[in-house]
Formats: sequence, C-alpha cells, structure tokens
Amino acid sequence: MWCPGCGHGTVLNGLLQAVEKLGLSKNEIVMVSGIGCSARITGYVDFHTLHTIHGRALAFATGVKMSRPELNLIVPMGDGDALAIGGNHFIHAARRNIDITAIVMNNRIYGMTGGQFSPLSGPGIMATTAPFSNIDNDFDIVKLSRAAGATFVARTTTYHIKQMADILRQAILHEGFSVVEILTQCPTYFGRKNKAGDAPEMVNWFKDNTTPIGSKAKKENPALMERGIFVQEEKAEYCDEYDKIVNRAMKGS
Amino acid sequence: MSENIKFVQGNEACVEGALYAGLDFFAGYPITPSTEIAELLSARLPRKGGRFIQMEDEIASLCAIIGASLTGNKVMTATSGPGFSLMQEALGYAVMAEIPCVIVNVQRGGPSTGIPTHGSQGDVNQARWGTHGDHAIIAMTASNHQDVFSVTVEAFNLAETYRTPVILLFDEVVGHMRERLVIPEPGDIPLVDRLRTSVKGGVDYHPYLPREDGRLPMSDFGGVHRYNVTGLVHDMWGFPSAEPQVAHDLMRHLVDKLENRVNLIARYKEYYLEDAEHLLISYGSAARSARHVVDNRRMRGERLGLLELQTLWPFPADMIREKCRGAKSVIVVELNMGQLLQSVKLAVEQPENVFLANRIDGVFITPQDILKILRLIRGKGV
Repeated sequence: MWCPGCGHGTVLNGLLQAVEKLGLSKNEIVMVSGIGCSARITGYVDFHTLHTIHGRALAFATGVKMSRPELNLIVPMGDGDALAIGGNHFIHAARRNIDITAIVMNNRIYGMTGGQFSPLSGPGIMATTAPFSNIDNDFDIVKLSRAAGATFVARTTTYHIKQMADILRQAILHEGFSVVEILTQCPTYFGRKNKAGDAPEMVNWFKDNTTPIGSKAKKENPALMERGIFVQEEKAEYCDEYDKIVNRAMKGS
Repeated sequence: MSENIKFVQGNEACVEGALYAGLDFFAGYPITPSTEIAELLSARLPRKGGRFIQMEDEIASLCAIIGASLTGNKVMTATSGPGFSLMQEALGYAVMAEIPCVIVNVQRGGPSTGIPTHGSQGDVNQARWGTHGDHAIIAMTASNHQDVFSVTVEAFNLAETYRTPVILLFDEVVGHMRERLVIPEPGDIPLVDRLRTSVKGGVDYHPYLPREDGRLPMSDFGGVHRYNVTGLVHDMWGFPSAEPQVAHDLMRHLVDKLENRVNLIARYKEYYLEDAEHLLISYGSAARSARHVVDNRRMRGERLGLLELQTLWPFPADMIREKCRGAKSVIVVELNMGQLLQSVKLAVEQPENVFLANRIDGVFITPQDILKILRLIRGKGV
C-alpha cells in the first residue's frame, strides 16, 4: 500500500514493538483510523480494526471507548486527517481527556491525493496546491494538544525508532488522552516537491534537525525541534468520570 | 397500569420507545426541535447503566454511535435538518459497513437554518438520497405519540435485523405537541437483538458473508473475532477490494436486503379505503389533518379514505398502486413541495389523478387546506 521509502511502515514497526512489550492481548486493542495513507495502517494489523471516514476517527473511537472502556484505543492519523478536517474532533477528544492514544503521522503533506499542502506543512513549502510556495502557517501539535487538554504529549521521528517505541508504549499505558506526533518522511511527494532528497536523506534530516527536550544543542540552536515527552500528567479520565455518573444515577433511581 | 400512562411530548414518546427497545448508548448535539431527546436521555440512560455523550457536532455524534454499535450496543442519535445534513457522510458509512443504528430527525423548516421552531416534512428525499452513492435505506414516521413510541421500537428492531441505519423522520409538530402515551408492558412488543455469530474463536469468521436470508451474524468489537470494518468496498473478511465481482455483489446485497423486503418492512394504517373515491395519502403530523378530513366527511356520507404511511423508505410502491386502484383521485398531503408526491405518481396507474395538498410556510396544514384542494379536484372552485 505504501510507497517505497515511506516512513509509515517504520511507525507501524514502532507501534508493534510497543504493543508487544506491553504484552497486550490482540483482542483488547481496537485500532481506529480515518482516510489517507496513514489510515491504511489498520489493514496491516491483527486487532479489531475500524477504517472510517476522513477526519472522524477520534469520534468513532470515542464511541467505542465510551461503550467498552476496558478496551485499548489506538488512533493513527495523518496530519490532514487529524488537524485539518479532523481538527475539531482532535481538540475535543483532548479536552475530554478520554483514554485514547492518538498518533499523528506527520509527513507535512497530503500523500493519498498526490501532494497538497496540509496544516502542518508550514510557510515556504512547495505543494501541488501551493505552486508558488505555501503561505499557510502550521500548527505546533505539541502546543495545540497541551492547550486543548491532552495529558500526554510527545514528539519523535522515524529516525528515532527506539524512542518511538518507548514513547508509544508509555502513551498506551497513560490513562487519558495521549498525543504522539511522529515526523515521518514522504519521499514521493514532500521530498520531490521540496528537493528534500530520497528517504535516507529525509530520515537523516530528522536526526540533524531534532534534539531531546531541553538539550544543550537546543539552547545553542533554537531552530532545532525538540523531541521527547512534553506533557505527562494525571487528570480525571472521561470514562472513569462517566462511571461515577452511572453509579450516582443508579443509586438515585 | 396507571403508572404506564403519561402525558408527554412526542420527543419524550420517542425516548420512551427507544428505552423500551433496549437503547444502551446515545450521542448527540443540541438542535431545535430535537433537543429534548438528548436532555431526557442524559438523565434516563445512566439510570439503567447506559451511556450518554454530548459530542462536538452532529458528525461526531453519528460516528460515535457507530463505534458504540460495533461493541454490541443498541444506539441512537437525534437531530434536525442542519444536523441531519452534517450526518450524511457517516450515514453512508453505516450503510456500507452495515452498522445497526437509529437516527432521529425531528424535521423543521429548511433549507439552511430555515424556521427552526416550525414544523416541516422537507427532509423526506434527503433521508432517501442524502448520502452519496446508490444505496437502500429505511425511513419511518408517525403522526401521534403512541405510534411514535411503537415506530421507534420498530426502528431498532429493523436496524438490528438488517444491520442498517434506520431514520426516524418525525417533525416539530409531533415532537413538541403533548398527548397521551400508554407505555406497553415489557414483552407486549417483541424486541429484536442482532444476530451474533456462532463461529468459535480461532475459526475463520466471515463478518461480511451474508446468509441466504441476507442477514450477517455479527461479532462484537472486543470479542474473540478480530476483523476489519471499512467504508471501502470490501470482501467477506471486511478487507478492501476493487474486484468488479466483489463490488457488484456488495452493491446488490446492500440494496437487495431492503428493497426485496419492502412488504415486510412497510408499516401503514388505512382508514375507509375499501370504497374510497378520493384517497388521501399522508404521513407524520400532516396525517392528523388528513384523518380529520376523512372522519368528518364520512359522517356526511362522502367516500373519502386515508392511507397513512409509517414506512416512507423503502417506498411501498406495489401496495400503494393496489390501494389507489379505482380511486377517482389521490391527494398526497405533506408539509413540503411534493417530495413524496413524486414517488406516488411513479407508483400508481393513473398519475394524472394524483394531486398535492401542502403548506410550505411553517404553518401547520389544516383540514380546510385539504378541503380546498378536494373542491378544486371535484370542479367546485375554491
């Protein structure tokens, strides 16, 4: 399904490592996806898989989780899927702090439709719908997720596969809404349009342009993107709170 | 017995019907004139251990109930025109993935924001063709609160039987009017639960392989069978396929499972049809005025009859052709510009004898409005 050199397979690898390490039963995992290259990840895993419509994966996942809170919900999304058409569901799922692991596979482009700019492309990027270069500002997923109320927020890349697997493991364990942004390469469209080179060059770019949170390198070069866990806090989880409502209501009736 | 008699709004009758049918999960977004359904269920559902969630919009509401249906719950959402428009893509998903769910549309004036607090029946054809692509759908309606209750129960039964979304097309008049409702004892109305697969864990389960009767036994998400659900054309395992034969068979299955059972699904009521010269066809709140006209004129010896439709889609064309045979005229009474009129004309043998009595100004149609049309048809002037 994915092009040669695409980073999405690496994300799948990291995710499966995390699931294996956690020792979860496949019957306890529901993976929900929307539409796009990223969304086809559901076709490669042996969980309960729900491949839905563009942008709405988190809304479907909310219904699954609310109705069966004991299940583990993993929702991989692309950057357009999660934050353009799905932006509203993203911030509201974060606000509720419902126990879902949201993975944003950020390749800064719409791949499935052939290379249009996304809300994570950023100014100066070339895309088939930005032939004179993009003027749209991009979201900072970490800041957005934190402001919306996510209680676990992290960023990593397809270069840092061990960190990715470790962060995903912690994100799945976290009780509340978890956001993991994974920078992933799209050599076919983003790479070609932006002269970013082939897949190895793009992956190396992640190595050279990111740094652990609070590192010395970041102080010396503020342009570097930080990776690691930005937010990890305990807060009332939505389904737990609703269970309390049910208990109160059943006593009262 | 006395505690089973209530004086309620139509929206509350719908809530009572849904709870009677076994509703477990509701997701919704406030919109006039359906909001009471969400309000009531936010209190009633947790009392029985069910779940209510107010979502960020109507799109998310339908998506959430589809997710909850997959884990084995009876689910519903409620909205009105603008929200129903937003739901159309997810409605198509529920058709394609064959997810049982009930969608209530308490219709109001449209298009767009229209007249939110006034009644209308303007969404009849949107219920039929609102989502993209060829498909079949079930849409039902009712004119009084007892029927709102029983049609709501029936909607759940049909959704679970055929693994399909069922649309309840109520309207502002019925939704907000107060009327007596007798809640039947448990067991008085039979309830249907979805078929669940008897295939044991570890044995190859085909979630999308229909039985000969068109039904597909389900396995709840979280259970022993892991499978894929998608809005793409899919094979019997639920995995995407672009094979022409797979696509063709799936399309035929999705349409035939309902269209071949029109007579089983059709619900209607008839008043004085056997010798009717002039036959009114109506549904929902408009049928109340039509009923009044028929009852009233019968007392004067005029041969009027009423066919009140409760199932609008799939359209019971054969039944309607049969009932209309021999009538001098057929008058379709509805609160829109003739949405069901077109289907009636296509169904009957003499479409030139089919007329429309309607109102589109937000004012409820009166018996006098219908009588005016009848006078015109009879050549008596206005």
